[in-house]
Amino acid sequence: MQEQDVQMHVNGKPVSGKVEARTHLGDFLRQAVGLTGTHLGCEHGVCGACTVIVDGDAVRSCLMLAVQADNCDVTTIEGIAEENGSLHPLQEAFRNNHALQCGFCTAGMITSLYAFLSENPNRSDEEIREAISGNICRCTGYQGIISAAKEAAAKMAKDNRN
Amino acid sequence: MKASAFTYHKPNSLDEALGLLKSEEEAKVLAGGQSLMPMLNMRFVQPETVVDVNGLSELSTISFTDRVELGALVRQKTLATDTIIEQHLPVMREALKWVGHFQTQSRGTIGGSLCHLDPASELPMVALLYDAELQVASASGTRVIPIKEWGLAYMMPSIGPDELLTKIFIKPWDKPYGFGFQEFARRHGDFAIAAVGCLLKLKNGVITDIAISIGGVEDVPRRFIECEDELRGSNYDINEIKQRIVNPLNQINYLDDSLVTGSYRHKLLKGLLARAIEQAGTRTNSD
Ligand code: FES
Ligand code: FES
Repeated sequence: MQEQDVQMHVNGKPVSGKVEARTHLGDFLRQAVGLTGTHLGCEHGVCGACTVIVDGDAVRSCLMLAVQADNCDVTTIEGIAEENGSLHPLQEAFRNNHALQCGFCTAGMITSLYAFLSENPNRSDEEIREAISGNICRCTGYQGIISAAKEAAAKMAKDNRN
Repeated sequence: MKASAFTYHKPNSLDEALGLLKSEEEAKVLAGGQSLMPMLNMRFVQPETVVDVNGLSELSTISFTDRVELGALVRQKTLATDTIIEQHLPVMREALKWVGHFQTQSRGTIGGSLCHLDPASELPMVALLYDAELQVASASGTRVIPIKEWGLAYMMPSIGPDELLTKIFIKPWDKPYGFGFQEFARRHGDFAIAAVGCLLKLKNGVITDIAISIGGVEDVPRRFIECEDELRGSNYDINEIKQRIVNPLNQINYLDDSLVTGSYRHKLLKGLLARAIEQAGTRTNSD
């Protein structure tokens, strides 16, 4: 079995270890790093639950090998809130709008929306719907999630201006 | 599921990559991974060796001289925002709206889409519209393949196990011309049930040139030559066009599976084709 050295920054902290080449980034984050907020649903790129941010881009962590994230900056759901624990506007808005129920899809929804709205928070309803079309929620329904995304987007746009 | 074990190589140069593809039996090339990784995870493929080409920065460039030259490793995300593409291949940008999701476009590559060659994939349809040429390299040299000879059968491009797709050459049409791209899928980002791309030139209300590509309806995306021949030289009149496309549409042997019947694909393609031509027509800015 061939093991590879990897090192990366996860939520700002340096992480290094040995992984089998076949290990995808999602499993590495959950099992080696111990960050179980990233969820694995389908492991073939369909559900979006495993979304994390690699060097600024939202990616599906089941479709990237851990070795491919060598020397990258990775942000997971655990890295979205402030250091002091205060919630990110997206997390606040998800709470305010009942945008989660079981929470299985939530990490992927929030990381996807975080990447999408950080690039540009001024998005139409349709653009928001399209952005999360690759994230499947099987219990809450999407209306609350869309409302949360809009509320957070407005806050993020305002924060950008200040 | 989890991928089976494989030996991983990440070459730093094209020569090194080609050497590995020559020496390693059963090697799979890993580019953006948005098709290979699912196949690995589901163990549809269990290669001995994976050659990760993401370190080959020479394959990540976009340039334009008299034609657009795309490195096979250019990400879909880059294609969607690049100004050369916007200026010279506007239909590519239009088609990219249908390609997966932004979370897959951030890694997916043009070369990967062409090599995976899903029946419903949009980027091969764009390459077909422009009669793109594909450069393929191996340890023994390079060859250039016209896109119409690329798709041999269902998900089987004309590329050997020791070869690597390196460049895509696309000659834009002379302006002015119109372009359209239409697709239908159950959800945004799902595989197309049917898709149509179209380039169109008009002069005095007559179709002087037209290119149509179709995807999702047969095993391999292709140019719809029979339909182009039927329309070239005819009046640009949408009712007349709707009549003329009936016969070529009847000739297609539509994919028919448990989820989508052939007759549904047929009806869908008919509607999408007329729309794509109309969309192209409104963008020709010429009379
Ligand atoms: S677990 Fe990665 S997309 Fe479903
Ligand atoms: S909150 Fe349960 S799947 Fe979305």
